[in-house]
Amino acid sequence: MPASYIFRRLLWAIPTLIGVAIVVFVLVRVVPGDPIAMMLPPGATADDVGRLRAMYGLDAPIAKQFVAWSGEVLRGEFGNSISLRDKVSSLILGRLPATLELVVVAVAAACAFATVLAISAVFFRGRWPELAVDAGTGLALAIPDFLWGLLFILVLGVLLPWFPISGRIDPTLDFDPATGFYLAEALLRLKWNILGNLLSHIALPALALALPLTAALTRVLKGSLIDVMNQDYVVLARVKGYSRTRTLWRVALRNALIPTVTLTGVQFSFLIGGTVLIEHLFSYPGIGNLAIAAVTQRDLPLIQGLILTFAILFILTNLLVDMTYGALNPKVRQT
Amino acid sequence: MKRFISLMRHPRIAFGSGVLLLVFIAAIAAPWLAPHDPLEQDLLNSFQPPVWSGGDASHALGTDSLGRDILSRLIYSARPALIVAFIAALCAGILGTALGLAAGYFGGPIDSAVSRLVDIWMSFPSVLLCIVLAAVLGAGLHTVVIAIIIIDWTRFCRVVRAETMVQKGQDYVASALTIGLKPARIVTSEILPNVAPLLLTLFTLEMGIAIVVEAILSFVGLSVSSGVPTWGGIIQEGRLYVNQAWWLMALPMACIVVAVLGLNALGDGLRDAIDPVKAR
Repeated sequence: MPASYIFRRLLWAIPTLIGVAIVVFVLVRVVPGDPIAMMLPPGATADDVGRLRAMYGLDAPIAKQFVAWSGEVLRGEFGNSISLRDKVSSLILGRLPATLELVVVAVAAACAFATVLAISAVFFRGRWPELAVDAGTGLALAIPDFLWGLLFILVLGVLLPWFPISGRIDPTLDFDPATGFYLAEALLRLKWNILGNLLSHIALPALALALPLTAALTRVLKGSLIDVMNQDYVVLARVKGYSRTRTLWRVALRNALIPTVTLTGVQFSFLIGGTVLIEHLFSYPGIGNLAIAAVTQRDLPLIQGLILTFAILFILTNLLVDMTYGALNPKVRQT
Repeated sequence: MKRFISLMRHPRIAFGSGVLLLVFIAAIAAPWLAPHDPLEQDLLNSFQPPVWSGGDASHALGTDSLGRDILSRLIYSARPALIVAFIAALCAGILGTALGLAAGYFGGPIDSAVSRLVDIWMSFPSVLLCIVLAAVLGAGLHTVVIAIIIIDWTRFCRVVRAETMVQKGQDYVASALTIGLKPARIVTSEILPNVAPLLLTLFTLEMGIAIVVEAILSFVGLSVSSGVPTWGGIIQEGRLYVNQAWWLMALPMACIVVAVLGLNALGDGLRDAIDPVKAR
């Protein structure tokens, strides 16, 4: 993957980001319901409202507001949140690590499950494991992550109370993290009890996010594994005395991964969008949960900042997927 | 009729249409089917368990935190679900099909404009866009419908565009051109009927998606006001009391899961039954 390619892709992202910013900026300004009026106690005069409006820069014409806001964004500032009375940038940065950890755990789980499921389905072709995998992926794709989340809360949180159903960590635990990356920090500082607590909290939301992705990955990977298993070089490996298991893991898997990454790339970005609801469902303190709170509070600066953050995450995810594809496929690597 | 019976032989189509029929009947006949008024409160009898875990027979599925009858609320909830599913899927289908047909048939600048628009649209996190739209338009059923149309027309557009491009290469389009038909006529009366079976499948699947979106927006509190019972709204209430009364959340979830699985089965079944390659 040449650096110039990555650079070109990043350049391409700029017009998309500007488009997203304009759309969002205009959209949130036609919101009915005045956030400024909501901030003041009843009995405030029109003068007070006007002064507060000027303080948040909401009295200028919309084009002027946009220019002022873009200038701030370029300096890394997104203005001040109206409902939480804090800087939007620090609110988002404070919550972002929680969401990133959730996404990474979900993606890792989905990739691991999908590999094992697809390989066992191909290994036991035509017998019950394959049928079970097919039925399971069908079900996982038909039911959206929102319902999976609810189902997990009900079954694994309440009826069989194995997992906690809200929050990120047990608040009574003595854990004083230096960064927002709790999981990584607990792991590096070798605090096993805290790591266990974090993992039990993240398990259900991550699983709900991972299920649809797992199903999509399993389907495509299984299909391409079956294709690859009939190729000459796989047959050659078998003739040369590789066992079936070894052929599958060593020879077929690597080649089957290429079409899998191409065909499921877009699923990874769906997962980012899915965090919004799943975090809300599990009261998980990430940016998705913050986004729903911001919308219900009509917190314009916060909504703008969050949507832009999500757009950036989307673009970066797509870039990562493309780079993985390039790393796997030598044909793309050379050009 | 013969055609109908042969379609019903497919188990997935039979199951799916059965579920759809059930939701339809519940929506139409709610006042006669429901044993209680869905809004009638009875605070002395709140959190009654369903009849199989020792509840009273007059509230077959128990009562919620305000003593309202859950069975009645579930039956009445079929109304908003069905209205949203039908109207939203229909309008999204019309918008997406029109743009897809135009892009696929005329190609050139129209195609690149539409395709670029679809690309930009799909790079937005749809759940977030939906929630922002709901906040912009204010809570209500019309909001849910508009949000689904604005977000999901791309599903129809992409598929119809691709299929139109395939159809355009067929001989019958060339014949229509030679006998002097106008492009608008070819698109509407020659290509559209050939795309229609595909549209039926997409429409059915979209209805399932719309039911889930409605439930999600109700859950977040951005759909209808709390006076109107919806599956998502009941789930949201149930989530608050899940440790005391788990069935409050489980029952509306079961409704949504069955409805969505039914519509999915119907859509997939129709696709396989109509597809001449697979039918052989």
